[in-house]
Amino acid sequence: MKDPIRNITAFQLDVLKEISNIGAGNAATSLSKLLNKAVDMEVSRVLPMHFNEITEYVGGAEHIVATVFLRIQGDISGNMFFVISTEAARELVKDLIGQAEEEFTEMSYSVLQEIGNILSGSYLTALSDFTGLDLQPSVPSLAIDMAGALLGEGLMELGRSGDYAILIDAKIGLRETLELTVVQNGGGHFFLLPDPESFEKLFTALGVQNHGSS
Amino acid sequence: MEVVKVWMADSNVAKFPNSIRTTGLGSCVGVTLYDPVTKVAGMAHVMLPSSTLAKNDEFKSAKYADTALPELLQMVLKEGASKARLVAKMAGGAQMFNFAGGSDTMKIGPRNVEACKEALKKLGIRLIAEDTGGNSGRTVELFTETGVYLIKTASRETREI
Repeated sequence: MKDPIRNITAFQLDVLKEISNIGAGNAATSLSKLLNKAVDMEVSRVLPMHFNEITEYVGGAEHIVATVFLRIQGDISGNMFFVISTEAARELVKDLIGQAEEEFTEMSYSVLQEIGNILSGSYLTALSDFTGLDLQPSVPSLAIDMAGALLGEGLMELGRSGDYAILIDAKIGLRETLELTVVQNGGGHFFLLPDPESFEKLFTALGVQNHGSS
Repeated sequence: MEVVKVWMADSNVAKFPNSIRTTGLGSCVGVTLYDPVTKVAGMAHVMLPSSTLAKNDEFKSAKYADTALPELLQMVLKEGASKARLVAKMAGGAQMFNFAGGSDTMKIGPRNVEACKEALKKLGIRLIAEDTGGNSGRTVELFTETGVYLIKTASRETREI
């Protein structure tokens, strides 16, 4: 099999960026309603990356993050992560239940799990509406642990084809805390990692075929 | 002393006085081979159980348990280790996320552990210690002076095996 990731065009990358913007925009609206606060998003980034770079991108393999993970199946398949720093996770819990918790209790796990469900659900609904593709997300699961260990889980399927992934990164956060850098600084990231076989189907659904590839 | 780094789906060797380390093991397994006399150590960060899963002919041997271990053995032998003295330790193979009725993909950790054991058995190398399973990420480091394998997790105390 030819590595679909190596043959992707600049135009196709722009298309991926746009669908990610639509998904994240929808998720930002949901978060804003949930918190009754102004929520912003940044223009998504599409980053073809070596596996090792992905964990560096989120602050290093040992960096502790809160992550909601789900597997997408249906017309296309892939993995999706919603990743936030533990500080941002505490803030979110505080905003929602009105009390600060030092440790992550069962209650805060449950709150974060629910936020993850709502946000990833609204992201994927927008994606599905826009592309007309049937996307069936698994029930999302939350874990707080080392970024390398958590994201590694989503690289298994991709690892069968190669060592590179296309990371589609969208960032949302509260207006006052959203900064331009990665996970450490309060924002939440949606990482979409489509399985390599899915790119063609995705581009076909969007009417953007591989004509311009070099 | 230097710390030799091992990336995901990669392998490397270290000689005394250096140590060898890999970070953020989830369902991946950090397998080490160690010769206590020449103090040569090798480590592979195994990602998947079997090279039959590969969809592409070109892949790094260290990615799959069945290809990683034979290659790691050759690497440590080349650095002066004796096969008869080699002992193996391993850590990792966790399940990071809990899915109700999870698919096989989600049970990759235990499958990785089993595949590594199988590969060691085939090579005739003794597995003398392991810290596998559970649902925590691990950072691991093998010290060539003592052969001690240090395991750190986010939640519990560090442990040595």
